[in-house]
Amino acid sequence: MGATGTTVETTVEIATGTGWVTICPYDRLTPGRGVAALIEGEQVAVFRTRAGELYALGNRDPFSGAYVMSRGIVGRRGEVPIVTSPMYQQAFDLRTGECLDEPTTPDGTPAALPTWRVRVRS
Amino acid sequence: MTDAQQTHVVLVGHGMVGQRFLEALTEAEPRPPGLRITVLAEEPRRAYDRVHLTSWFSGTTAEELSLCGDGFAAEHGIDIRLGDPVETIDRAARTVTTGAGHTVGYDTLVLATGSYPFVPPVPGHDTPGCFVYRTIEDLEAIKAAADRARIGVVVGGGLLGLEAAGALTAMGLDTHVVEFAPRLMALQIDDGGGRVLRRKIQDLGVTVHTGAGTRAIVDRAGRVAGMVLSDGTELAADLVVFSAGVRPRDQLARAAGLAVGERGGIVVDEYCRTADPHVLAIGECALAVDGRVYGLVAPGYAMAEVAARQLVAGPPDPDRTFTGADLSTSLKLLGVDVAGFGDAHGVAEDCVEVLYSNPQAGVYKKLVIGADGRLLGGVLVGDADAYAQLRPLTGGPLPVPPEQLVLPTAAGPRVRLALPDTAVVCSCHGVAKGTIRAAVTEHDVVDVPGVKRRTKAGTGCGGCVKLIGGIVTEELAAAGIETRRGLCEHFARYTRAELYEIVRVKGIGGFARLIDEHGSAEGPDADGCEVCKPAVGSILASLSGGHILDGEQAALQDTNDHFLANLQRNGSYSVVPRIPGGEVTPEGLITIGEIARDFGLYTKITGGQRIDMFGATVDQLPSIWQRLVAAGFESGHAYGKALRTVKSCVGQTWCRYGVQDSVALAIELELRYRGLRSPHKLKSAVSGCTRECAEAQSKDFGVIATAEGWNLYVGGNGGTTPRHAELLASDLDHDTLIRTIDRFLMFYIRTADRLERTASWLTRIEGGLDHVRAVVMDDALGICADLDELMGRHVETYEDEWAATLADPERVRRFVSFANAPGVPDPTVRFTPEREQIKPVLFERLEVRGR
Ligand code: SRM
Ligand SMILES: Cc1cc2nc3c(=O)[nH]c(=O)nc-3n(C[C@H](O)[C@H](O)[C@H](O)COP(=O)(O)OP(=O)(O)OC[C@H]3O[C@@H](n4cnc5c(N)ncnc54)[C@H](O)[C@@H]3O)c2cc1C
Ligand code: SF4
Ligand code: FES
Repeated sequence: MGATGTTVETTVEIATGTGWVTICPYDRLTPGRGVAALIEGEQVAVFRTRAGELYALGNRDPFSGAYVMSRGIVGRRGEVPIVTSPMYQQAFDLRTGECLDEPTTPDGTPAALPTWRVRVRS
Repeated sequence: MTDAQQTHVVLVGHGMVGQRFLEALTEAEPRPPGLRITVLAEEPRRAYDRVHLTSWFSGTTAEELSLCGDGFAAEHGIDIRLGDPVETIDRAARTVTTGAGHTVGYDTLVLATGSYPFVPPVPGHDTPGCFVYRTIEDLEAIKAAADRARIGVVVGGGLLGLEAAGALTAMGLDTHVVEFAPRLMALQIDDGGGRVLRRKIQDLGVTVHTGAGTRAIVDRAGRVAGMVLSDGTELAADLVVFSAGVRPRDQLARAAGLAVGERGGIVVDEYCRTADPHVLAIGECALAVDGRVYGLVAPGYAMAEVAARQLVAGPPDPDRTFTGADLSTSLKLLGVDVAGFGDAHGVAEDCVEVLYSNPQAGVYKKLVIGADGRLLGGVLVGDADAYAQLRPLTGGPLPVPPEQLVLPTAAGPRVRLALPDTAVVCSCHGVAKGTIRAAVTEHDVVDVPGVKRRTKAGTGCGGCVKLIGGIVTEELAAAGIETRRGLCEHFARYTRAELYEIVRVKGIGGFARLIDEHGSAEGPDADGCEVCKPAVGSILASLSGGHILDGEQAALQDTNDHFLANLQRNGSYSVVPRIPGGEVTPEGLITIGEIARDFGLYTKITGGQRIDMFGATVDQLPSIWQRLVAAGFESGHAYGKALRTVKSCVGQTWCRYGVQDSVALAIELELRYRGLRSPHKLKSAVSGCTRECAEAQSKDFGVIATAEGWNLYVGGNGGTTPRHAELLASDLDHDTLIRTIDRFLMFYIRTADRLERTASWLTRIEGGLDHVRAVVMDDALGICADLDELMGRHVETYEDEWAATLADPERVRRFVSFANAPGVPDPTVRFTPEREQIKPVLFERLEVRGR
């Protein structure tokens, strides 16, 4: 899922299964932050790390049910690039969507975010 | 069994305990050679979380409840056959035969067949409209029937019955509970507790009938129409749920000639073996050596581990046996805290009971103390906070007088008890305090998630998590393990105060330079986290000013600061304009009213003397603020770690007791310190006389008028741990007052830890209040000129964050729900009407917590 892009005039795209959908110009993404995108009715959170990698995960925070993951703080825990849910602060692995803090939500469901393929195209 | 080349283990029943058995078996290292596992299950689906079954009604799906993902069976080569119950066991041939006629041979047979709900054999008990509450299929049937029903009756007022009643109420049914015993939850709690619980349950709209049996079900036209109680009264009902207890499913074993208990349950020894060495029984179908059948999952899990261990580790291990478990339960039921533990009924000889009961407040607490002073058990209803501490102490001496443990917090101090290492902290997974301590001292675990990963403690019902947190903190401190003095792993060498000095002295203007020069990791991959980023963002904002959303700073802010608004539970935001001192003109009020009306926002007067408007989407924020700014309002920084409000009382101008103009001073202070970023939020208040109507002594800095001038109090707060402010100086004139507050705030900002409010800062720093007084009034450190200058710069460079945001299209562009579809609002943010305003539509999520 990781991809690096540095040149201007490039766009960020997400795979839908049948093709690639354009999200926005790469430069529109603030390093170390995310944006949400609407893809065929599904909400995807797209993140750009400080080092320039891109990751895309489901936008729904499994602990609160709210669609807010794109608004979390992006960072690292050890070697793992993470995003922290802005609602109750659990950290998720940007690469796999797995929650690093609690394997399941309070009602027992697995606390992982779906991942999406993302790329930069010039 | 280890001597056999090929060992075929056949598990009958794939419920919660069966699944745990499979996990324990497959987790064993090394895996016994030749181990083959087959599971024969009656239900049409793999094991799922029956404990949280009720959450199915609030939207948790069967997949989400599943305990056995698709990969599990494949990964471990387990053959799971669903929907085909075992009907007979042939112990001589060592085979079982299923309903569909398949015969399967075994070396070891493990029975984990659970229980079935007991349905009293009253006339009409099988009329359509009667249900039990055990499987997902049961719930599907209840839900389908509830759609057409108005009144529901639950037979049984135990744990499960009340849970079922909660589900029926939530589906909009007029709900009754009929309990044969004279009180609810007769097993776990006593009469007094039952009375309080009953009152609370009735307050929730459930009608409770205790001491009432069911004589018959009324059948009208082939459907349930009601129920006749033992005293002859008839209750109308469209739907009946039987929850009158469970009985072990021991028929298979019984038919195969294995011993079962008088009241059911397959007889097993402390290694979960039946008299036949090739047959084991675990979970709710087993009768343990203490003569009990356990209807709770934790004892079942313990049996699963014991059983699995013998199969993989050879001869039974005398250290790993199952000889019994306690029946303690704590649950948050329909929003009511209930806990019963140990000898809850006080049956031990010569025991005494220490009791606090306040039916009005709905609180009942009882401790049972043995003749020798040991804690034997207890009942807590309405406030079960102490449960996590008390349960592990059961059986041991009480370290403090018992009354201190039952009195409400206001009457007695809340006590913290030292637990022995052997005390079981997490009863779901049987984890003792010693194990949690060892995780910290021997395995470098530093937080609760770490404990969960290492020991499984806290991953069951969650009831013990708070206690685990306390143990971890205590252990880190006691073991003198540097309680991670640094801010976080990325700035491990520096506290917040040290980073502040670095940024100040070196004039660092951004996160990149700070982490590159002072961070713990090196290289372009180095990055911060949710701890250091907002902390550094706040330091930069305190020191260098500039807009918090510009350049690198944008990435440091948490969502509230990033959208200059407060995130709400459904993903919408709230808007709080500043109303200095709480003084507002009628025009101002009308403007706020009009804006809230036009955008359909929920409005509320806050506890901080201003108005909060809730329910804005990110897209709406700029347009709302456009209108607020045009009307002269500024950001209230409700979202920031910054000055919130300076509350006022009406003061001398109007009040006949006032001795100074408290409103004018409050407004002056609020305008002076607005926008000041600090380690935590700052609150203030000004009262016009000693009657203290503005509650200044509960603020970070509070001012009270005197005949001579002003008294300044510092270090107070409300919140979780309220603390009264202390008098820093008295009878100050206006200018000295302002100067002293300037310095106090700047000294705090300079030296406090991240998220440390003035109250905890004052108690932590060496010398406490006296030291602070010496620094800010007598310039003991010679830094006052610096502090004055920093505050001067803040006052000079302040600009309204929202006005500045609106002035720059680059900043405004962030306020969209979707980067690829600007203008499209987030469809998941929805509202319904309530009391003539809106409220958020919540996401489907389990509301029964803490179990
Ligand atoms: C709106 C309001 C409740 C209300 O309807 O009245 C409120 C709402 C929130 N409070 Fe509060 N507090 C509000 C007055 C208070 C008060 C009363 C007061 O200020 O006089 C207190 C106790 C006094 C105190 O702070 O010492 C209070 C103690 C807290 C605390 C505990 C602080 C502590 O030191 O223990 C938190 C948690 C925190 O800040 O970390 C908190 C946090 C919150 C947050 C920010 C929680 C969150 O992160 O979402 C709430 C968000 C509000 C929003 O979305 O706008 N709120 N909160 C009040 C807003 C006041 C205002 O106009 O700004
Ligand atoms: C609504 C509800 C709430 C609960 N809440 C709590 C709680 O808060 N705390 C707590 O500790 N406990 C709670 N329990 C109890 C807990 O669910 C049980 O203790 C636990 O499920 C027991 O596990 P088990 O594997 O022994 O039995 P089960 O989970 O019942 O599994 C037994 C399985 O064996 C199958 N089976 C039976 N006979 C055969 C056969 N002949 N052939 C093949 N398969 C067969 C059954 O169909 C079933 O799937 C609750 C139960 C319910 C129903
Ligand atoms: S008391 Fe708790 S729930 Fe109420 S507003 Fe404050 S933070 Fe929110
Ligand atoms: S007691 Fe620890 S998770 Fe239930």
